[in-house]
Amino acid sequence: MFGDYSIGDLGSIFVMQGFAGLILFSVYVLMALGLAIIFGQMGVINMAHGEFMILGAYVTWMTSNVFQAYLPGLFAGYFFLAMILAFIASGALGMLVEWALIRHLYKRPLDTLLATWGLSLILQQAYRSVFGAREVGVELPQWMLGSLHVTDSIEVPINGIFVMCLTVLITLAVAYIMYKSRWGRQVRAVVQNRVMAGAVGINTEKVDRYTFALGCGIAGVAGSAFTMIGSTGPTSGQLYIVDTFLVVVFGGAASLLGTIASAFSISQTQSTLEFFMSGSMAKVLTLLAVVGILMLRPQGLFALKVRK
Amino acid sequence: MLIGHQPKEFLLAVEALTVSFDGFKAVNDLSFYVEENEIRVIIGPNGAGKTTVLDLICGKTKATSGSIQFRGKELTKLKENEIVQAGVGRKFQTPSIYDDLTVFENLEISYPKGRSVYGALTFKRDAAVRARVEEVAEMIFLKDRLDTGADLLSHGQKQWLEIGMLLIQDPELLMLDEPVAGMSVSERVKTAELLNRIIKDRSVLVIEHDMKFVEDIAHKVTVLNQGQILSEGTMDKVKNDPKVIEVYLGH
Amino acid sequence: MTDNRFVNKSELIGILLLAALLVVILPLFLDVFRLNLVAKYLTYAFVALGLVICWGYGGILSLGQGVFFGLGGYCMAMFLKLEASSVENTKIQSTPGIPDFMDWNQITALPMFWKPFHSLTFTVIAIVLVPGLFALIIGAAMFKRRVGGTYFAIITQAVAAILTILIVGQQGYTGGINGMTDLRTLKGWDIRPDHAKIVLYFFEVGCLFVCIFIAQFIRHSKLGRILVAMRDKEDRVRFSGYSVANFKIFAFCVSAVFAAIGGAMFALNVGFMSPSFVGIVPSIEMVIYTAVGGRLSILGAIYGTLLVNFAKTSLSESFPELWLFGLGGLFIAVVLAFPNGLAGIWGDYIAPQIARLFNSGNSKPGGWAGKPVADSTPAE
Repeated sequence: MFGDYSIGDLGSIFVMQGFAGLILFSVYVLMALGLAIIFGQMGVINMAHGEFMILGAYVTWMTSNVFQAYLPGLFAGYFFLAMILAFIASGALGMLVEWALIRHLYKRPLDTLLATWGLSLILQQAYRSVFGAREVGVELPQWMLGSLHVTDSIEVPINGIFVMCLTVLITLAVAYIMYKSRWGRQVRAVVQNRVMAGAVGINTEKVDRYTFALGCGIAGVAGSAFTMIGSTGPTSGQLYIVDTFLVVVFGGAASLLGTIASAFSISQTQSTLEFFMSGSMAKVLTLLAVVGILMLRPQGLFALKVRK
Repeated sequence: MLIGHQPKEFLLAVEALTVSFDGFKAVNDLSFYVEENEIRVIIGPNGAGKTTVLDLICGKTKATSGSIQFRGKELTKLKENEIVQAGVGRKFQTPSIYDDLTVFENLEISYPKGRSVYGALTFKRDAAVRARVEEVAEMIFLKDRLDTGADLLSHGQKQWLEIGMLLIQDPELLMLDEPVAGMSVSERVKTAELLNRIIKDRSVLVIEHDMKFVEDIAHKVTVLNQGQILSEGTMDKVKNDPKVIEVYLGH
Repeated sequence: MTDNRFVNKSELIGILLLAALLVVILPLFLDVFRLNLVAKYLTYAFVALGLVICWGYGGILSLGQGVFFGLGGYCMAMFLKLEASSVENTKIQSTPGIPDFMDWNQITALPMFWKPFHSLTFTVIAIVLVPGLFALIIGAAMFKRRVGGTYFAIITQAVAAILTILIVGQQGYTGGINGMTDLRTLKGWDIRPDHAKIVLYFFEVGCLFVCIFIAQFIRHSKLGRILVAMRDKEDRVRFSGYSVANFKIFAFCVSAVFAAIGGAMFALNVGFMSPSFVGIVPSIEMVIYTAVGGRLSILGAIYGTLLVNFAKTSLSESFPELWLFGLGGLFIAVVLAFPNGLAGIWGDYIAPQIARLFNSGNSKPGGWAGKPVADSTPAE
């Protein structure tokens, strides 16, 4: 399939598609981070994760509308407030869901999968009832539009750069929380030995609830970022859930680095292939490759060998 | 090692066995030999690698290097079920039985016939199966509870049921991981009696902390510490070994 | 419980009651249109039945049963489509004699993999073998490497996504998003008129009972008990000398073949096949039919399928908004409050009451319903 292009053409194609892939990569990473925390640390499969993301997207959309209507002077900066609100909204919903649903199912991981799927259906219908079935688009402030001209042939959109910077910041924050903070140590302690963690005075219920809420909150921020690259509809989240799960599993569940590496390789593969064939075939090939590799190496890219 | 026999003479020959978890060597260059009809007890402080040794032999954990020969067969290359079919039976530390099935069904599943998919589909519960299940149930004091759900048994009865499940397999090498742990005194006595009966005519590898029990049954004792053999021999010899005393009393 | 027959007395009564419902009562009281709806629902019952074996007994949750339903359905639909695309029927096309959607997509000759589907014998074999082999490959790759639990569920879901995208994307070969429509005759016999629908309904019910008996046989064989044992303590089964992977592969393949038969029945009874029955959403909906009926109950799965679908049809006709809330709530309620579904409610509450009323022994049509549900933990 490369035969029709010269070496120079191919170079430009890879660079441009690479940048396009980086935005997809950012959304994958943000989605997968939340999921990796919930799945990797708690073993819970949250099929409603996409709907938490879409909640963040709707919150961003509403914030932009409010600013447009009442605070047009501050519109340039609305996005930062929107992200915080998205985090709070999705996190709060996550906390509620953990309390009402998830905590009853920790010993039945497969059932969590079904229950959260039910939740996702309810949320989708709720979005449809509240926001309507049509997809909504967010208006970006002026400074985020346009693109930087790196060289003559290579342009990088500013909102893309913004999303990537955001991804890096959030990833660093999550890494800090999970690996350096006292609370992160508590989370890991609970993961490794729930009974023992409880015995030394860690409130395991509280740790579970906040871990779940954190994962959902990050999904909300992912939703904010998502509004910049796609329009938001009640079922937009569902399209991403399987991909994101593959990202997490492919990376090797409990590994942050693995999640990032796998998000990178999957998004780059897909975006590069997209140039050479239809989008759907690119997706089929990418997913097939991931599933194929997972069959050969089920533990994912990064996994520790531990004594059981 | 000092022992210079040919490994063929032994039922089980473990040689230079090593397993490392992320750099930590839980079992380190371990060699020992078990003869036919020998009862070998492995003792040692917590974390010495006792359970890991059993895990390695029965295939639950894969060895990093070294060999395990059973009747001349290399076990490290076999899958768990093939190791069982070769004649090695394993009892776990915590009772591992099927809660959703009755005592009869628990024993029947362990009956060494119809182990392939097709065999299991066409397996018939004939008179021979019934007789054998009832015979074993009698030995493990559960004859009148054959139709009871296994989840309703007491902890001690569950341990017996698992021993029974091994017994019905009729393994040549029986591995028991702390068979009397967590039992009441009367259950302990009954279990010792049961074990004494079933260890005849086969080799047995036991992990146990109860020294009285060890003294009663052991032909030979192997003391493990930090994944290596600290001492090996008769109970008397081991008991008076200064290195063993150091490890046990030095803590 | 310790007998070896594959149907005990209370189960026989249950099966006879179901037979009375499906063979006598429903055909007597429903018009052809409604009966055909029941036929459509029953095609999902095949899937639910397979899930009882694979998920209920084996503890293997597959979220990709739509794949097998689709493979079976497409095999059948390809045969019917070829018969409907005879040269006379398609003479207005630029290439007569090939399916219409191929002509629309500028394909001028029948692709190689379509050609064997001219033969009904080949089609029938393919309906069983194609999904069976596919399940064998997936199952062998996953279970031999000890992948199970949630990982397996995610992978099967990904497979469902891949197949859907592929079918939609390759519309010249598959009919794309619209699927294969306008299926007309089976060996010259028109499948569209009312009397044909009735015949096909009874044929389907017959096949369903064959599958029920196969499921009963498996459940009462030692293999059925090994599946239950495996769900509970996989390691113990392994150390009793069984190859756990082979048993899981078997359960998965059986469920795949059942689902494929359901798919083929769908193409026959409903008259078309489309990717909307293959993907993630239909696959997981089929799981909820099983869960509502009771994941451990063979007959429960069939009642569950019928009930959820009746509810879906009547609710989504009159209150389309409420339906998704209802379905979502159903998922949550079944998982949280009734993990053994209708069969569990029957076995725990209703059957004891009836037994007390008639004082006639301990009949328990739910079978294993009273026992707690234990999921296998994810494979490490």
